[in-house]
Formats: sequence, structure tokens, C-alpha cells
Amino acid sequence: MSTVESSTLEIRDLHVTVETEQGTKEILRGVTLTINSGETHAIMGPNGSGKSTLAYSIAGHPKYTITSGTVTLNGEDVLEMSVDERARAGLFLAMQYPVEVPGVTVSNFLRTAKTAIDGEAPKLRTWVKDLKQSMSDLKMDAAVAERGVNEGFSGGEKKRHEILQMELLKPKIAILDETDSGLDVDALRIVSEGVNRAKESTGAGVLLITHYTRILRYIKPDFVHVFVDGKIAEEGGPELADRLEAEGYDRFQSANATS
Amino acid sequence: MSLLADKTQQTQSVSQGSHTDSAAAFVPDQSRAERTTSYAVSDFPVPSGREEEWRFTPVDRLQALFAETSGTPLRREESLPEGVTVSTLSKDEWQGSGAPKPADRAAVIAAAQAEAITVLDVPAEAELTEPVRLVLTGEGALAHGHTLVRVGNFAKATIVLRHEGDAQYSELLTVVAGDGSDVTVVTVQEWADSALHLGQHDVVVGRDAKVRHIAVTLGGGIVRLNTNASYAGPGGSFEGLGVYFADAGQHQEHRLFVDHEAPHCHSNVEYKGALQGETAHTVWVGDVLIRAAAEGTDTYELNRNLILTDGARADSVPNLEIETGEIAGAGHASATGRFDDQQLFYLQARGIDEDTARRLVVRGFFASIVGRIGVPEVEEHLMEAIDRELEATA
Repeated sequence: MSTVESSTLEIRDLHVTVETEQGTKEILRGVTLTINSGETHAIMGPNGSGKSTLAYSIAGHPKYTITSGTVTLNGEDVLEMSVDERARAGLFLAMQYPVEVPGVTVSNFLRTAKTAIDGEAPKLRTWVKDLKQSMSDLKMDAAVAERGVNEGFSGGEKKRHEILQMELLKPKIAILDETDSGLDVDALRIVSEGVNRAKESTGAGVLLITHYTRILRYIKPDFVHVFVDGKIAEEGGPELADRLEAEGYDRFQSANATS
Repeated sequence: MSLLADKTQQTQSVSQGSHTDSAAAFVPDQSRAERTTSYAVSDFPVPSGREEEWRFTPVDRLQALFAETSGTPLRREESLPEGVTVSTLSKDEWQGSGAPKPADRAAVIAAAQAEAITVLDVPAEAELTEPVRLVLTGEGALAHGHTLVRVGNFAKATIVLRHEGDAQYSELLTVVAGDGSDVTVVTVQEWADSALHLGQHDVVVGRDAKVRHIAVTLGGGIVRLNTNASYAGPGGSFEGLGVYFADAGQHQEHRLFVDHEAPHCHSNVEYKGALQGETAHTVWVGDVLIRAAAEGTDTYELNRNLILTDGARADSVPNLEIETGEIAGAGHASATGRFDDQQLFYLQARGIDEDTARRLVVRGFFASIVGRIGVPEVEEHLMEAIDRELEATA
């Protein structure tokens, strides 16, 4: 990890809208956040607070419209980049609901992605070895490599597959969108260990989006941001997560309701 | 030929009295079994496009193939593995054989106008290691063809028919698979854009035989293939696989009819198609009839269409007719969908550029069928052809 240069993802006053049947709705209302290599930031918040919107907006999902603000990675304008350019620049989004791509095998998909990210095909022998090792670390059956991408995967398999990609694609900044949702304790531990391993080996910065504090027992955050109504309501260190665990989000939601 | 049961043509005497329609000139068949088959051209009026079996087809562009006009045969190149022979059969010999008869206007014209029946024989118990290859090339003219593929008992054979060039072509192809034989017939349509091709393919599956009919349609202005499978004895298995890719202005129609009359037979039909461009039109009709005697039948049919751009249209009609409850299984599925942008986003979010991502998704869509063709030269060629189709729009 000594070879990894330091990276910074900077989000400045980000405003994002989405089209709904009721018209245009503003979801993000001025988000400012800086993530550096090696740091783990937890974004916590109630449902509907805009956590996932933040993740998808950074990744470039066409459903979301950026109305103002900036996102830069090492000074480069991320918002000017296409979805695949963002990934090649070093951003990674582990999705809450990974998409099935029938008929495209996991091994073909991973090799194609790795080739795209690195700009050259991986050396076959080390690639096969790395893939096997990472799958085995994540307690994934080797046969999964020959199945279609997420095709018929269980919820746990899908999440492991997301983290497998993080390990192999070695992003500079990884955004994990509710990677803990729908996982039992064993799967949560395996997935969390995978995240920690990937972070350890690449020095990536991690933006961990979660509703629950449970995953924070396995992945230790350096910073905790509480997300309410499309912006950060409170920030602090790991102790803030403990407080949320004890008190829940009520404090923020009632404050919001009276404002 | 006792194995070719003569399905006596029936009239709609039952239905005529019971159903009055303002357009009484046309009474729909009560069962798929009632569809007319005959060698008499006069039994098939020129289609108007209102008939059930022609309602999706642009019949106005097919008049040349409905007329009693003689043509010139397609140029034929063949590569025959050892033991395989080619001969000819006269029309009289053919019509006395009990083989399946023409079932529509184009087929009856093809039977009447083809000079003779080209017969390809694979001897009994032969195990071909190489496919029989036939390349049929059109040179812009009207053409009629009639081919019989006869595979002897317990033989194993693969036959690849490739259609190229430009033609107005109407054909009958009959495949008679002997008892216990294992036959794969691949028909590849890679015509020029202006070509017209109407085909009737009859597959007669022998006792305990296994027959696969694979249609690959990429080229041509109008291609319409009617594939009919029937069983000469129990224990037979028919698999109908198809892959098609329609571009702007192309009409591709695949109609299948699996007639289960013998007990304990199996059939599986699976067609997948992609469409792109204005007025690209595909039609898939899958008829399965399980007759009262066909106990223990197991059948499934599936059609999936992937619409890549606006302005394309896919029609998909599965029909299942069951006359006995004593069956192992019967089902069908049909789905037509647009290109899934979520899949594209997922792949792009992994660094894969949009063109490559599209190619992956479309290749993936076809992979489940292409991987089962089992003829490497066809599989590779097909994947390359699909890539080229996609590049054409990229």
C-alpha cells in the first residue's frame, strides 16, 4: 500500500433533484463532505433522508439531476464524467440492489471490468489466482464465477459479489450503499472483513452508508455523519454512532419536524 | 411409410353452424389440427393478410411467391462427409410417401414448382463427425426448393444449411429422423436485405429419436419459417431453438407447431430475438397440440424479445392445446422487453464503456441459446454476427 497515492473526494454544497409523478423533488439540499484515502466515513440516517441519492449521484445515475454544487476527485470534476469514466477515475459504488445481467458470467464480467479500469487486460495467471483467493476469502463458491452476474443470487451472495468487485477493482474511493441490509450476522461479518481487507490492501477511502449501527461493530468509522432531510445534520467521531444506537434518530426527526 | 401418419384434412363442418360472424367468409379453425394440408394449389387461395396464419405478414410484398410461376433454383454448394449421399426423388414418388404435406400457399407453390426433391441420405448407424454443409445462394431471381433429409436409424448427424445472396425463395424442407437417431439441423438465414424467404420445415421425429432444429435469422427483407414437428413413435424428443436479430425494415417471422400424437414424447422450443431500428418487426408463434393419445407428454416453449430502439415491434403468440390430462408437463412463457438501462448503469459503474456494456448485455441475452447450438462454427459465427449488428447502430 506504500505505492498508493493519496486521493480526495470532495463534495461541495451538492443539490440534487429527481423527477417524480408529483413533479420535481429536491432530495439533496446542500451536502458538503470530504473523504480522503484511508478514511472511513459512515453516513447514517433514517429512511428517505437521501443517503442512497448521494451514492447514486456520485456514481452518475441518470435518474438524478445535479442542480448545484460540485464533486471532485483529486481536483477533477466528477460531474463532467460519464458513469464509466467515474469508475475508471477510481470511484466505486457497492449497490444496495445489485442488478442481474443474465447470461454474462461473473468471470467474464469481472475480467472485462478489470481490463476497463486498468486500461489493460490483467495477467491471466495472477488474475485467476487473485479471483480464486478473493472468492474464497468471501466464502463464495467457486462455481459462482460461471453463473450469470447476480442471476439467481441470494441477497447475501449479491453483497459478497459487490465486495469481491471492490477487492479486485481496487478503487480509490468506495461508496457502500447499505451493504449491510438483508445480511445475517455471519454474512455481515464476512462482508465486513472483506471491506476491511480491501481497504487495508488498497488504502481506499470508504463512504459507508447505513441505516443501522450494527455494521459499525465490524467496520470502524473514523467519522460519522448523520443525514437528515437531504443534508448532514450532525457530525462527529465513532462516539456519535454509539449515541445513535442508544437514542435512535428521533432527536433529529423531531427537530426537523418543528423547524 | 407408416411412420408418417396421414393427417386427413378436415373441414370446419362442426364450427360453421355454431358460429355466426359478420365476416362469415372466414371461420377460424377450432383446433390447430384442422389447418389444411394438401398438394393441390387450388386448396390454398392467395392470402389477403386477414387469415390467422398470415395476419402479421406483409403479404403484399410476397405476391411473386404466391404465383404459379416457375423460377430458377438457388446455387447449391455442398460438403458431404463420407457416407452421406445426394440424390433426387420425383414428385410422384414423394407424394406417395406419406410425408407431411404443404400447409400454406407458399409451400404448395414450392412443392409444385420445384423441379424435383433433393434428397440427402445419412445411412443408418452412421456417426458423422463433421456437419453436412449446404450453402444455398440466391442470384436475385425467383426460386423454389424442396429438400428431404433422411437420417437412418441410430445415426448421428448435423446438417447446416446456409442461405445467402438475394432471392425470392420459397422452400419445403422435410427432415425424417429414423428411430433412435440424433439429428441437429441448423438453418442460417443471412440473405441480402432485399431477399424474401418463405419456408416450411417439417420434422418427423422417429421412435426414441432426438431432433434439434435451430433457426438463425439475421438477414433478408422478409423471412418467414414455419417449423412443424411431429412424432412417428413414442419416446421422441424435439428441440426447436431460434435466434433472430431484426434491423430497420426487416420482417422476421418464426412459427412453430409441435404436434404431439405419440405418447411419452418431449418437446422444448426456445426462441430469442433482438430488434433495432424503425419498422423492424419480428413475429413468433408457438403452437403446441397435445392430442388425446399423447399421454406422458412433456413440453415447454419460450420466446423472449429484446427491443433495443424505438420503432421496432415484436409479436409473440404462444398457443397450447391439450386434449389429455395425462401429461408430464406443459408450459409456455413469452416476454418482450426494452433494453434494461439498470443493467447498463451497473456495468458502466464498473468502468465498462457503454458500447461494450451493450454488447455484453445482448450477448448475455442470447448466450443461453447460442451455447446450446453445439456446432462451434455456427456459435462463433453467430456471436460475431451479433456483434456486427450492434456495431452497425453504435
